[in-house]
Formats: sequence, structure tokens, C-alpha cells
Amino acid sequence: MALLLASAIGILVASGVYLLLRPRTFSVVVGLALLSYAVNLFLFAMGRAVFLQPPLISASAAGYADPLPQALVLTAIVINLGMTALLLALAVRGRVATGTDHVDGVAGQPGPEREKPAS
Amino acid sequence: MSHLIALPVLLPLAAGALLLVVPPDQPGLKRTIGFFSCAALAGVALALFGVAAAGHYVVYPLGNWPAPFGIVLVLDRLAAGMLLLTAVIALAAYLYALRGWDERGPHFGALFQFQLMGVNGAFLTGDIFNLFVFFEVLLIASYGLLLHGGGGERVRAGLHFVVLNLAGSALFLIGLGLLYSVTGSLNLADLQLRYAAVSAGDRALAEVASLLLLVVFCLKAAAFPLTFWLPTAYGAAGAPVAAFFAIMTKVGVYAILRVHLSTFGGAEPASDAWAELLLPAALVTIALGTLGALAARSLRGLVSYLTVVSVGTLLVTVALATSGSIAAGLYYLVHSTFVTAALFLLVELIGEQRAERYDALEPGPAVTQPTLLGVLFLIAAMAVAGLPPFSGFLAKANVLLAVAPAPAAVWIWAVILGGSALGIIALARAGSRLFWKAAPRPVAALPAGAPFLRAFAVAILLAPVVGLAAFAEFAWTQAVATADQITHPARYRDAVLGADYAGDAVRPYRFSVPGRAER
Repeated sequence: MALLLASAIGILVASGVYLLLRPRTFSVVVGLALLSYAVNLFLFAMGRAVFLQPPLISASAAGYADPLPQALVLTAIVINLGMTALLLALAVRGRVATGTDHVDGVAGQPGPEREKPAS
Repeated sequence: MSHLIALPVLLPLAAGALLLVVPPDQPGLKRTIGFFSCAALAGVALALFGVAAAGHYVVYPLGNWPAPFGIVLVLDRLAAGMLLLTAVIALAAYLYALRGWDERGPHFGALFQFQLMGVNGAFLTGDIFNLFVFFEVLLIASYGLLLHGGGGERVRAGLHFVVLNLAGSALFLIGLGLLYSVTGSLNLADLQLRYAAVSAGDRALAEVASLLLLVVFCLKAAAFPLTFWLPTAYGAAGAPVAAFFAIMTKVGVYAILRVHLSTFGGAEPASDAWAELLLPAALVTIALGTLGALAARSLRGLVSYLTVVSVGTLLVTVALATSGSIAAGLYYLVHSTFVTAALFLLVELIGEQRAERYDALEPGPAVTQPTLLGVLFLIAAMAVAGLPPFSGFLAKANVLLAVAPAPAAVWIWAVILGGSALGIIALARAGSRLFWKAAPRPVAALPAGAPFLRAFAVAILLAPVVGLAAFAEFAWTQAVATADQITHPARYRDAVLGADYAGDAVRPYRFSVPGRAER
């Protein structure tokens, strides 16, 4: 289980960083989203992988899961949701304002063929 | 009194929320609300500064949960000083924005208040995860402010700024997660004890967490090699926004002081890996900023790179981490924040009177008010370059004296003095091109002079530059007392947790979790 969790975080970070370094805004947005998933999993794992245990006080509990990382993850998810929405809006604005979806706003950079403006 | 400490967060929050619901056809009402919030905040900050200046720590448990379980706001000299600095900068920037800037988008006032809330919260909080949350608040608002006014250049710069800071936030969270996993606490006072008591096996993880946080704070502060976003972002922001952003790099420096120096600094064996890394990075930052200032082709670019130089100088004092160097750094921090904010506002005042040349550093049409703008520019330029009689000279002299005992003092002196000399050249060149190599224009073609309120806003920001020199003894005493608090974090811990707090107090779930027994 620890291996599964660790490799999931690793793969998400690797894909996220790769996409973050791509020249198109869409890949960057997806990359940041993947990175934030990885961070959420990581925060969760920092409370130790404890299974089937209650997070709050219970008379019959043999042990407890640490509730604090779960609260932190919740906060991080909320913030990330807002950030991703803002970034998407910004990417669309940039596409409209500069006529290209390149992160530098410069047309003609190497990359996939852009859609032709409707004539 | 006891609730006063929450006001720097609550007041901008309330004002910002109110500004969101005011209908857009009532700009006068919006301006009144925004202005009164900023003015009231300055009053509150002054009152809190008075409380902290008596040497008291004020601890305010939000939700009334005792530390270390609940989140606390903590007021000490450092927090109070930063609050006052923020309040004055915000007031001046907002007054400046009242003449036109706030009308270029519907929510300028609200975003401004929310950013103010984030900055104030970051200075007050005594919980490191809460610090992250306030960082996010101020960043979200700053994205909106940076884009305020629109335009392709701004959107492009804004996109870079947002992506970079989101990546920074991810690193911040990873650092926090690691820190929590080895210490089991997020309260800054509690962390002092727990970070120092981390077992040898977890020491490496704790240091990785500390260095990850350093990277994040250096990104906010724009230290080398994370410096390159600053000239683009500040170059694209509107004048009052850029002036207000002058405080943002200082938030990063503040976080290093608060977290690395006060919280992690007391660890045994002392983990000063971060300071060894920070000193060369700070020196390269100064050199880079100086070269950028020399190469700048617009006044805005020049001021942006001078901001980078000031960050580098500040980080040198932080990296040396003696109480003398921190005191010198704090004095320099206040001085450099005011003077860079004033310069960002001056850029627009000068640029608007040079028509299509704007702030390009090339001969162009003469400005309408050469005396007013020339004198303001002269004061600001002399202060930022470190020439007497203004505060810049005292600030730099203090820094040079404070670093003298350090082993690397020769290097630091060479870089700071060389940077100052080249900075003077860059500023002198800029001034002569803007004001002297100007083509005379017929009187009829002159653009209107700067509105009084805008010039007044610049004067507010330049007054402390003169004041810090005139009342240098008071300012220096405050800086020394603040540095004394920073280098004696045990007092902060006692104030938050109580003097009889045992470092090994068990958190609720720690003892009964299977698999935790070995820790």
C-alpha cells in the first residue's frame, strides 16, 4: 500500500512537472492540476497511511487516524479549485488578447498547429 | 484592546466584502469605503505599534482554542512594524489610485482590500499553515490587481506570475506536510521546541522541509535564481499596484525571519544550511539587480531592478542572522519599501507628462512640472542609491557596519558598494535623460500637470525617507529592539504557550496510533 501511494504521488508529480514545462497554456493548467493532486495525496500521506480507524474520539476505537492532515487537504483542495478556475479564465483571456495560446503570448513558436481563426 | 489585534484582518475583509456589493454606478461610495478602511487601518496599526513598542506580546486565540491546538494571532514588534509599514504604503497607493486607476475595472477597491487582508494576516499569524492560507489570499488578490486595467502585456505577465506562484504554493504545501510529519505541529511557537527535538533519523527530512520553505519564501522575495518574474510582473502592473506590491517581496523576507530565523534557528545542532545557501544567493541577487538596472531601457524597468537589489541587500542581513545585522536589515527594509513604492508612483507621474515616450530612458519631450517631479525624483533617487542626507545612506552604512565581523565581509562590502556605485550611475543617467535632454515644447502642447492627490501620495511615501534620517535614533532603537525579539524566540514561545509548557506535551492522537510507537 505504501508503495502504491508513493508511486502514485511520484507519477503525478512527474507528469505535472512535465506538463508545467510545456509551451501551451492548456498543458500548463493540466500540469498544475496534477501537481496539486499529488500535493494533496502527499499531505494526506504525511498523517501516515492508517486504515479503517476513526479520526475523532470513539470509545471503541483501537487507534486513530490523524485528522489534521485531512483538514489541511480540505483547505488545499478549496484553494486549488479557485486557483485552477482563475488560471483557466486567465488562459482564455490570454488566448483572446494575444491571439495565441503560447505561454509567452508569442505566435509562431514551435508547437502543435494552432486552430485557424474562423473567417 | 484585546480584540484590536484581529482588526487588521477583519477590517479589510469587511470593507472588501462591502465593496463587492456596492453597485458600480456609485464610485464615490466605493472610494469613501476604501479610503476609510485604509485610514482606519493606519490608525489601528499605529495603536498596535504602540502596544508592541512597550515590549509586550499580544496573543489572540482565534476560536478561543488554546495554542498549540488552535490558530493564534501573535503581535510582537516585528509584526507591528510590518503592519504599520503596510498600512502607510496601502494608504498612499490607494490615494494615488483614487485619481483614475480605480475606474479601470469594477473591483479594484475590493481586490485592494483583500490583498491588504492577506498581507496583514501573514504578518500576524502564529501558525505556519495559516501563513500559507494568508499567502494564498494575498496572491489571489494580487493576481486580480496585476491584471487590473487589462491589455495583452498584462495578461501575459499575469499568466507567468500566476503559474510560478501556483508552483510555489505546491512546494509550500509539500514543505508543510514534511514538517508536520516529523514534528506533529504547525504552531510556530510549538515548532520551535519540536523542530529542535526532531530525532536524528528524521533530521534530514526536517531540513528538507526547511529548505523547501526557503525556496518558497525566496520565490516570494524574488531572490536569485527565482528573481526573474519580478521585473516582468512589476513592469506590467499599474503604478499604484506596483507601489503596493513593494510590500510583497518584503512578505517573503518576513517569512524567512519568522520561520527560519526564529522558529528553526534554535535547533540543536544548529541547522544553518539555509543561511549558507542564502548568503551567496543574496549577493548574486544584488549583482544581478545592479546589472539589470544598468541595462534597463525604461524607468519602470530600472525601479524594478532596484527593488531586486534591495531584496538582495535585505537577504544578506538575514543570512548573517546576528542581532546587529537583523537590526540593520529591518531599518533598510522600511527605508527600501517606502522608496521603491514612491519610485513606482513617480514612474507614472513622469511618464504621463512625456506623452508617447512614456518612461523610456531616451530623450523626449519635456515634462510639464520639471521642478516638482525633478525634486521628488532627486530625493527618491538619492535615497535609493544610498547618498546622504536621506535614509538610504544611514541604512546602507548600518548594513555595512553590521556585516563587518562576518567572514565573508569583504565580498559583501564589495558587492554592496559596487552595486551602489553602479546604481548611482544608472539613476544619474536616467535622471539626466528624463529631465535634461528634453526637447522644449510650446506651452500650448504641454499635457496637464499631475493631480494634487497623486503628487501628495508620492510625498507621503517620501516623507518617511526624510523622517527615518531625521529621527534615526528612534527608528534605530526600534529596529534594535525588534531584532532582539527575533533573536530571542523563547520569549515568543513563552508568550504563546506559557512559560511552563512542556515541550513533550502529547497531541491528542499521537500516542495511540499504531505504527507511531517507534517515533
